[in-house]
Formats: sequence, structure tokens, C-alpha cells
Amino acid sequence: MTKQQANWSPYDNNGGSCVAIAGADYCVIAADTRMSTGYNILTRDYSKICKLADKCVMASSGFQADVRALQKHLAARHLIYQHQHNKQMSCPAMAQLLSNTLYYKRFFPYYSFNVLGGLDNEGKGCVFTYDAVGSYEKVGYSSQGSGSTLIMPFLDNQLKSPSPLLLPALDAVTPLSEPEAVDLVKTVFASATERDIYTHTVHPFNTALSNFSLDVLQGDKLEIVILNASGIRREYMDLRKD
Amino acid sequence: MQLMDSSHSNPMSLCSQADSQRTLYPYVTGTSVIGVKYKDGILMAADMGGSYGSTLRYKSVERMKPIGKHSLLGASGEISDFQEILHYLDELILYDNMWDDGNSLGPKEVHSYLTRVMYNRRNKFNPLWNSLVLGGVKNGQKYLGTVSMIGVHFEDNHVATGFGNHLARPILRDEWHEDLSFEDGVKLLEKCMRVLLYRDRSAVNKLQIAKITEEGVTISQPYSLKTFWGFSAFQNPTVGAEGSW
Repeated sequence: MTKQQANWSPYDNNGGSCVAIAGADYCVIAADTRMSTGYNILTRDYSKICKLADKCVMASSGFQADVRALQKHLAARHLIYQHQHNKQMSCPAMAQLLSNTLYYKRFFPYYSFNVLGGLDNEGKGCVFTYDAVGSYEKVGYSSQGSGSTLIMPFLDNQLKSPSPLLLPALDAVTPLSEPEAVDLVKTVFASATERDIYTHTVHPFNTALSNFSLDVLQGDKLEIVILNASGIRREYMDLRKD
Repeated sequence: MQLMDSSHSNPMSLCSQADSQRTLYPYVTGTSVIGVKYKDGILMAADMGGSYGSTLRYKSVERMKPIGKHSLLGASGEISDFQEILHYLDELILYDNMWDDGNSLGPKEVHSYLTRVMYNRRNKFNPLWNSLVLGGVKNGQKYLGTVSMIGVHFEDNHVATGFGNHLARPILRDEWHEDLSFEDGVKLLEKCMRVLLYRDRSAVNKLQIAKITEEGVTISQPYSLKTFWGFSAFQNPTVGAEGSW
């Protein structure tokens, strides 16, 4: 009689995609608001974006329980940092902390695919991209999650970044203006939504109906967070519901 | 800073003797729980069956219980694990009351506590085999959330566990709206429970509906739903299908 194996998995993929784009004096971070499991939708109104520090925002897709635990962990560490140093953590500092936190669980990973966006100490936009066990890199833009294979090539094409293989490394921060970058993010999600079943947002309604509040139009949304010198701003956009 | 997890400190945790202590599969289980927000608070429904595999062993299991002053917990999955959770919550509420400071744990706090408990058990590879629905009202704020056995959690205007996710959620997505009256809410829940009764093998026709408002919790007496089986398609189901039986 062979030993009974456990028939449950400690992991699940709750889907979704995230994107971040760094600009000269801003950073745009976006993620859809759908939470799914297998072919089911659990909820249409779930934020994958978490503000870790004044100038540092993280978007994560993957296994939601791990994502939440990771966010809580980092928020707690940030609080301690503030108590000990009497200042907010910079984005590059938080980037290192996130990497170390992920690697700490190298042999039972956080199933969380993260993109960290914010402003560095000079106010310039920065984006860090991660895998589930903490490998990270500072880049000009990135996407993670179920739609990343669709989104990344599109960003590569539109943002025409210098090859990451060049030496000395060229800065990949985009020369696009903030409204242009926000528009690009909306376009990118509109495309990903067409082909990735796990990334979703509601059909855009015509302007006559746009006076109604978003509560009435219960649907998946795209959540966009913009960080710049004047602070943090949040926008929502409806995308396809199917 | 305490950041160690148990697999580092206890080498026994992954070998045979300790394995007999970990949950591999559930034994006595409850099926779906459905919860909706309505005008005055939360309405929740669950049947009273406790199945032992395919046998309907227990027919009077109360799968919804009040927690403290402001919350209502419904559970599907392993009944003994639900009883364990109630035990943990008893202690939580006791300590909360002992503070005697006029403050009391609201549904959000209880949901957060349950999420942490479920996630931590999952981390130790010894889960509490339940899907929980936690609803409540505190200071006029309605709250309805759910946690699964691996710690996946969220809140929404309507939630369901197990088969309820497949059969009830679509009905709720279509017919739920803000500020449902009590009667409409109950009708909506009964509609969902009836579909579950027809289509979920482990459902039983004996259910309770629970209500939580600012005033408190009421759990109805058990009752059964009227069912209809007189569909003409059931009379001669193979008519028109040559070779079928």
C-alpha cells in the first residue's frame, strides 16, 4: 500500500497582469482588477497595487494570498525602517528589500510576480522587475503576470528602448510625457484584454452613460497609479467584461 | 526579528511520523455557503448537511454561527476544522471582551484574523480544509468577505463557496443590486439554493437563512424549499433521440 499523497496544492494562480513605465519625472504603474481561479472569476474589483512608501508602489500578480502576505511583510518592514531612520524608504532601497524578502523564501516561494515603480532620490522615474524568487533588475518599463507575454513585446516596440546588452548601460527611461505614457498603458491593456482570458476589464461605455458612478457599472477595471513630484494619483478605466 | 518558518526549525516536519498529523483530505464535509449584502446588512444561506464522502451522514449541522457582536461565519468543507475555527474564535472574542474597553472586533478584523490563520496553516502544509464566508455590520458599515483553505481572500457584494461559485454567483451577478430589501434578498438566496439543490450532489433540502444587521444576528429555523420535477422533458426523456435509453 503506497503512502497517500496530499491532493491539494498550496499554490493557486489568481491571474491578472501588471505594467509599469518610468518617465523622466514620473512613474506609471497599472494592473487589472480581476481576480480569478481556473476558469472562474472570484471578484471583479480587486486591487493588485500597493503603496509601500511615499515614492514607491508595487503591483503584483500571481497567487493572491502570497501577494497579500508579501505586501503586509514589506509594509511592516517599512514602518520599522521609518522608526529607525526617521525617513521614508527610497524606491531603490525598497527594491533591494523586496528582492531579499523573496529570496528568503527561495525553497517555498512567494508565488508573486512583481513590478516595483516609483521615483528615485532625484525625482526620476524608476521601475524594477522581479521573478518569484527575487532576481531583479532596474529597467525603464516592465510587465508581469498572465498578459506579460502579450504586453512586453508591444512595450518594446512602442518605447524603442536601447538594447539592455549595450555597455555602458544606457538609461531606458522613456522620453514620453506623462499623459502619453498613461495613454500607452490604457492601449496596452485594451490589447492584452482582447487575447488574454485572465486579464480583463469592462467594455467602455459611451459618454452619455459616463455620468453614472462606477458602482452601478459593476465590472472589471484597469487601475492606474501615477507617481510624480506633486504626489500620487489614481485613475480607473473600464475594459472588456468577458 | 522572527522571520523563520517552521520547515527550517523542525526537520521532522517532512518525514513520516509527523505526516500522520497533517490533513491530507477531508472526511465530513459541508457544501456551499452563499452570502449577499442587502439594505440592512448581510444575508447568508447554507444547508444543514454533513456528508461523509457520498453518504449523507449528518442532517442537522449548523454551518453558520454568530461571532462576537458584529459578525456571522459560514463554512463549507471539513466540519471538524470548522469546529476548531469556532474554538479559536471563541478565544479571540473572549480576549476582546476581557479588555472591557467598549471596543469590539468588527467583521473586517475577524476576517483578517481568519485569513491569517488559514494562510499560516497552509504554510505549514496542514490546512484547515474550509472555505469560509464572513459577514457583518459595524457602525453602519456592511462587510462581506471570504477566505479559502489556502488563504485566498477578498470581499465583495456577494460571495459563495464550492459549487455556489459555479451555480449561484452567475445568478447573483445578474440579479443582485444595491439596497435589496430583506424579502428580495431571501428570495434571491432561495433561488440560488434551489439551483444548488437540483444540481449539487451533496446538497440537502434542509436549509437555514441567517441575517446580520446592526441590531444583531438571527438564524432562521431549518426549513425546506419547494422543488418541481414535473418538467415534460423528464417524462419521456429519450423521445426523439433514436437509440438512446
